[in-house]
Amino acid sequence: MSGNPIDRIAQATPPGVAKRVRGLSDRAIAWLFVGPSVVLLLAVNIFPLIWTINLSFTNFKANRNRDVDYIGLRNYERILTDSDTWLSMQATAHFLFWTIFFQVLIGFALAYLINKKFKGNDLWTTIIVLPMMLSPAVVGNFWTFLYQPQIGLFNYVVQFFTGIDASSFSMIGSVSLAPWSIVIVDTWMWTPFVMLICLAGLRSIPDSIYEAAECDRASKWRQFWTLTVPMVLPFLMLAVLFRGIENFKMFDLVVQLTGGGPGSITTLTSIDLKREAFEKWRTGYASAYAVILFVTVFGLASIYVKALNKVKER
Amino acid sequence: MGVTGASAESLTLCWAAWDPANALVELSKDFEAKSGIDMEFEFVPWPNFADRMLNELNSNGKLCDLLIGDSQWIGGAAENGNYVKLNDFFAQEGISMDDFIPATVTGYAEWPKGTPNYWALPAYADVVGWTYRKDWFERPELMAEFKGKYGYDLGVPADLAQLKDIASFFQARDIDGKTVYGAAIYTERGSEGITMGVTNALYNYGFQYGNPENPYKELDGFVNSDGAIAGLEYYKELYDAGAPPGSSNWYMGENIDAYKSGQVAMQMNFAFIWPGVNADPNVGGDRTGYFANPKGPAGQYAQLGGQGISVVANTDNMDGALAYIKWFAQPEIQARWTDMGGASAMRSVVEDPGFPDAQPYNKAFLNSMAIVKDFWAEPSYASLLLPMQSRVHNYVIAGQGTAKEALDGLVADWVEVFEDEGLR
Repeated sequence: MSGNPIDRIAQATPPGVAKRVRGLSDRAIAWLFVGPSVVLLLAVNIFPLIWTINLSFTNFKANRNRDVDYIGLRNYERILTDSDTWLSMQATAHFLFWTIFFQVLIGFALAYLINKKFKGNDLWTTIIVLPMMLSPAVVGNFWTFLYQPQIGLFNYVVQFFTGIDASSFSMIGSVSLAPWSIVIVDTWMWTPFVMLICLAGLRSIPDSIYEAAECDRASKWRQFWTLTVPMVLPFLMLAVLFRGIENFKMFDLVVQLTGGGPGSITTLTSIDLKREAFEKWRTGYASAYAVILFVTVFGLASIYVKALNKVKER
Repeated sequence: MGVTGASAESLTLCWAAWDPANALVELSKDFEAKSGIDMEFEFVPWPNFADRMLNELNSNGKLCDLLIGDSQWIGGAAENGNYVKLNDFFAQEGISMDDFIPATVTGYAEWPKGTPNYWALPAYADVVGWTYRKDWFERPELMAEFKGKYGYDLGVPADLAQLKDIASFFQARDIDGKTVYGAAIYTERGSEGITMGVTNALYNYGFQYGNPENPYKELDGFVNSDGAIAGLEYYKELYDAGAPPGSSNWYMGENIDAYKSGQVAMQMNFAFIWPGVNADPNVGGDRTGYFANPKGPAGQYAQLGGQGISVVANTDNMDGALAYIKWFAQPEIQARWTDMGGASAMRSVVEDPGFPDAQPYNKAFLNSMAIVKDFWAEPSYASLLLPMQSRVHNYVIAGQGTAKEALDGLVADWVEVFEDEGLR
């Protein structure tokens, strides 16, 4: 047997296959390999998207045997003029902004601390990442107990530190506190994820750069702002992108915690969309809603990725 | 067709996961023994029951041969061809709807309502009612304090106003060194909870689902009448004055837990929980009493619960499924059903002279079943339910807007639904 790896691979190809492939052009062989993926992509991504766009112009209801009429832009008009839709958009924006803000802040701080060499470093890392290993439904469920005014640990901790009576406030029952209750739980659960990405960024910075900065007598503060932050920034932005996309479609955790209430104060767009699509069965309307959300996320993500690429190029 | 000799080898019965379902498993062993058909069961927890089963029906799934579905699904399931119409089968087998409590026939079996078109056999009679801590109500010091404060005796409330007084009286009260609260009421946001609760106040203050002569076209002035507004305001006052802190998203399970753990003096809940309460070591026996939803200024009504059993049109085991219905409709099986923890809607069972005193809660059950009203059962039931959940929760729990604004908004939402349905 030849020692050349290419020769070895060529010899490993069964003669029948080799004979059939021999007559094909490079382009044909390339399509042969790429084709299944393209077909799969068309079948599970592109076709449903086009079908959804098509349905969004109809009054189709998936649970009803009746004629489907094309109604033009009526679904879009109804959604965009519906005050409830805008309330759920506001709830989603509040949830997105504050979860990302706290997760980046705390996640980066934790990563910065964990990156220092100290005894028990690995153990602490493992303990910190535990929440993100749990199921969101389970997390939602047990936080409803933690938030209970009579028996919940959370209220008692607040009472311990502030003196406010534990049974005098309800995190998930109060209009002013409920939006924060979901922010707290999501932050508790997903800050470790941001921490891990930041940690990867911090560990990718060569020690030699800091050594050079030390030689130049740069202060720790200066090193942090001119070396650490800029070099970790692409990682941070990536974490923001991941968390932004994930939280835009947040559903399970919030449904378990508040069911979208009190009232509609924590009804995020994903919950609203699910109710339209699979409870009211307004399939056409829900398709238009999904298209609007898709365009929003796609547009924001595209702008963001461009910004991310610019930062990486610096 | 007889019970024996049916051709199907197994049947799957779908229902909610709760105590009566376990009783039905036991009861069905008799059917298995007599028919040779194996019974399989698919029980789904209540919060997911509607989603799971309606998706199953809408997708023409083959999971269920028999379905004990909620009363409000009957319109959609009938019009979409998900259930088998049972009139011919009933006539052939001598099963008469006259043998069942009329309200359950209307609620669980008929579509369109008020017409003799049957899509189910009444299977489980249920209604919203109340349990109360009789042992607390009978404490002399509390009785004296209550009478001094309100001017009448502490006892089963004669009307909704008294119920609110009692809830307020017990709110944040220290009993045996423990802080207790007035009443656990339905407040759940995600599925149907707060609607199933608030209707018990709305009906009794004058709310109607539209002009009875023309319900789809005349909603204004009925859904948002002055009485309806007062009823909604009452429910909010009851929540603010008498519900435990943090009970902003409570339904059946949470209310049971609160009552059994001694947190509340009264509990709103469907009657299916009463056998479990009666048997509970902490609050059962003489410590608990039961009463029907009290009257209001416009009358006395209670929200209907319960279900009928239907044959799913998509079944491959039609003969077996019909055989099960025939078996289940027998008076002796219905009597055993009630004995085992079910709740028969058959008149021969509930009108038996021994029935009212057979259990401490049976009188309250009979009183409640005599005053039932149900939510819309139209094919667009879910589209009608969701805005009610949202509007009512926004006002009662979140405290946003006024009762009038909530009900005016509900009228607008329902008008839109009926316009979409081509009914206006």
